Amino acid sequence: MSSKESEITDDAGREPLLRMSGIVKHFPGVKALGGIDLEVRAGDVHCLLGQNGAGKSTLIKVLAGAHQPDGGTIRWHGEDIRIAGPQDAIDHGIATIYQELDLVDGLTVAENIYLGHERARWGVVARTDANRSAAELLRRLGHPEVGPDVEVGRLPAAGKQIVSMARALSHEAELIVMDEPSAVLDQEEVARLFSVIRELAAQGVAIVYISHRLEEIREIGDRVTVLKDGRTAATGLAAAETPTAEIIRLMTGRSIEYAFPERPERQLGDTVLEVSGLSRPGEFRDVSFTVAAGEVVGLAGLVGSGRSEILETIYGARKAQAGTVSVAGRRLRPGRVGAAVAAGVGLCPEERKSQALVLHESVARNISLASLGRFARGGFVNRRDERRAADDQVRALDVRPADVARYVGTLSGGNQQKVVLARWLLRECRVLALDEPTRGVDVGARTEIYALIRDLAARGIAVVVVSSEIEEVIGLSDRVLVISDGVLLHDGPADEIDEHRVLDMVMEGDAA
Amino acid sequence: MTTASDERTGAGAPGGDTEGPLSRVTAIFSGPSGRNLGLVIALLLLCLVGVITAGDRFVSFDNVMTILRLASVIGVVSVGMTFVITGGGIDLSVGAIVALSSVWASTIATQTLAMDTHWIVMVTTALLVGAGCGLVNGILIAYGRMAAFIVTLAMMAGARGLAEIIAQKRTQVVTVSEFTDVIGGQVLGIPVLVVIFAVVAVAGWILLNRTTFGRRTLAVGGNPEAARLAGINVKRHTTLLYVLVGVACGLAAVMLLARTTAGTSTHGTLMELDAIAAVVIGGTLLSGGRGTIVGTVFGVLIFTTLTNVFTLNNLDTSTQAVAKGAIIVVAVLLQQRVAARNGSPP
Repeated sequence: MSSKESEITDDAGREPLLRMSGIVKHFPGVKALGGIDLEVRAGDVHCLLGQNGAGKSTLIKVLAGAHQPDGGTIRWHGEDIRIAGPQDAIDHGIATIYQELDLVDGLTVAENIYLGHERARWGVVARTDANRSAAELLRRLGHPEVGPDVEVGRLPAAGKQIVSMARALSHEAELIVMDEPSAVLDQEEVARLFSVIRELAAQGVAIVYISHRLEEIREIGDRVTVLKDGRTAATGLAAAETPTAEIIRLMTGRSIEYAFPERPERQLGDTVLEVSGLSRPGEFRDVSFTVAAGEVVGLAGLVGSGRSEILETIYGARKAQAGTVSVAGRRLRPGRVGAAVAAGVGLCPEERKSQALVLHESVARNISLASLGRFARGGFVNRRDERRAADDQVRALDVRPADVARYVGTLSGGNQQKVVLARWLLRECRVLALDEPTRGVDVGARTEIYALIRDLAARGIAVVVVSSEIEEVIGLSDRVLVISDGVLLHDGPADEIDEHRVLDMVMEGDAA
Repeated sequence: MTTASDERTGAGAPGGDTEGPLSRVTAIFSGPSGRNLGLVIALLLLCLVGVITAGDRFVSFDNVMTILRLASVIGVVSVGMTFVITGGGIDLSVGAIVALSSVWASTIATQTLAMDTHWIVMVTTALLVGAGCGLVNGILIAYGRMAAFIVTLAMMAGARGLAEIIAQKRTQVVTVSEFTDVIGGQVLGIPVLVVIFAVVAVAGWILLNRTTFGRRTLAVGGNPEAARLAGINVKRHTTLLYVLVGVACGLAAVMLLARTTAGTSTHGTLMELDAIAAVVIGGTLLSGGRGTIVGTVFGVLIFTTLTNVFTLNNLDTSTQAVAKGAIIVVAVLLQQRVAARNGSPP
């Protein structure tokens, strides 16, 4: 592969604009990047592909100066550089447009573009000057219709994207990194974005473009680099010619061995959860499926496909516009968490810290939160009973350290997840919805969480799992549902589908 | 309890943190009981200053009762405020609600009714007015999704204005002697006002630390999204918290009526600031999720003792205000250190 790379460099007859080699980045307990190579030439649209956890985000954060690499070199214009911080990256001419755009809604377009490097004279912002040069930038991007004095909060998603790009240009960026820019755009907006990207590339600006949509990559990209498990699986592939099967092969393949528990061969119980025709405009439509007692059903799909939204709607945290959710034959009142909890539904949400845990409370109190009524008589909490019940759960789930008086915030990710699971076990729920159950959980603890989930199913709980790791969904579930763009594409046994098929469906399904 | 708090401190600051006398001192002050220890020391220091500068005049039984009587009205409001702040809210309208309740409970109509029936009518009126104001606050904040700061700021202006309208800016003298005799009287030599404060403080402690209501308050204040997703009705709970502080204001109005034997629209002026200050120096997190009634009681006592010591030494109120400001700043600085130790932002 490296000989081919140098050929390409020689073909171009000049040093690439950016050459990252052997980039390594460790986080506590995790090796996020294990030696990444990336070469980008001026005027190229270079696409970065990889599954969740492959290291794309970490890599672009290294490039943006948000993370310092632990090893490897970055050559920029043929010289070794160190990117000390975000401002340093910008000074070098590297701009990053993140998925969640970092714009200030209350400021105008021009103010946002020049935020941090205001056009000012003696501390007074030169507004006319700023507006004029902002208008010039927007014209260069082919969007003169975006007014420089409009408040950014009033712009649609596509407009905000343009403002972010104008900001990048205002720093005279030579390399712009775009993290899934098309995720929030409709087709027409994507088309306009592409013409802007082509225009920029023609002016000699290099673009690093991250997307999950193969169709787009074929349309806009020049070259493709595929990351897998923190390493470069392939680099410098021609975007237009490389076959889809080849790209998917590079993206998949098991390299970290997760031990998934055996799927037991047994009769399933009665249907517990029945979802029928569930719709929320703009998120998902007409989703129907059932889950039986003792069954684990996995929802696979990309970020933004609507999988988490479906889960939260079942739980009543979002209100369905149409369709019904029934638990053991009883229809739940839509949009009511209380009703879902009363019917025996539990949710382990995606963001453990912000959505599930009260961080400066003890483990015991976090576990008992959903079943306080059980330990209370006349409104008084019997703390001994509470503590004992929490203790039992902590021991049963092997939470470490096994101390229920500890602040939950001091536990590791895997143990925090166990605390959330314990909350619903204590509540004796019948349906358990798990959103990204192993996010932020290290490899060793993952296996435990997997075994635990299987164990819960064996007790007769109907389990629904959402994960952005397709391997995890397939390995963990009895049945897999594939969601793309809010539509249920596939519903079938987990042992009859593999990662390639799922990726194929979501990637091509999106483009179709 | 002591061992549990020690463990918590250890858990929050793992590894090599015990060297140096300074960190050992701050370690004593962190943790739930340790922080109260700091407050006890602060109060004792104040008393020491009082004994040195005013001697017998300070330590006399009458003076102690004067301090407690002064503390009781603001104390009852502060206990209510502790709940709102622990639940992640704020109430700027407490002083105005006290004024409105005191005025409404002392109108000629109410007092005539009380004379004809029973003095308890005045108490009920004050409590109902307080609860009503709290209910309006709560509904607007929880269901109207308005900022607590704004809603209670509006109530602060509105309730005091309404009090002025009702009283026509005049002082309404309480003529129901049974009322002033009972509420303003003594039980076993201790003023009834002080007894009320003690009962409210104990009830508040139990409510916050031993009941499901208290647990939910901590959860709602600590992480409202997690509370909602755990099946707690966050909106209803938030509303109840404002009703609770409203009732506390009504009770404070009753106490003020008995102590001053008059209802006026100027009662409770700036009480919201004193109450918030007492709650915060007591160790309740202004951002919610952690609250302490014991701390609040100490906070109130520290402020009233300070006032008393200054008054006994003939120092003016301006100097008092400066001292108060300094105490608030030091207390909050300490609180932030503790919060940082426990691994959560202040």
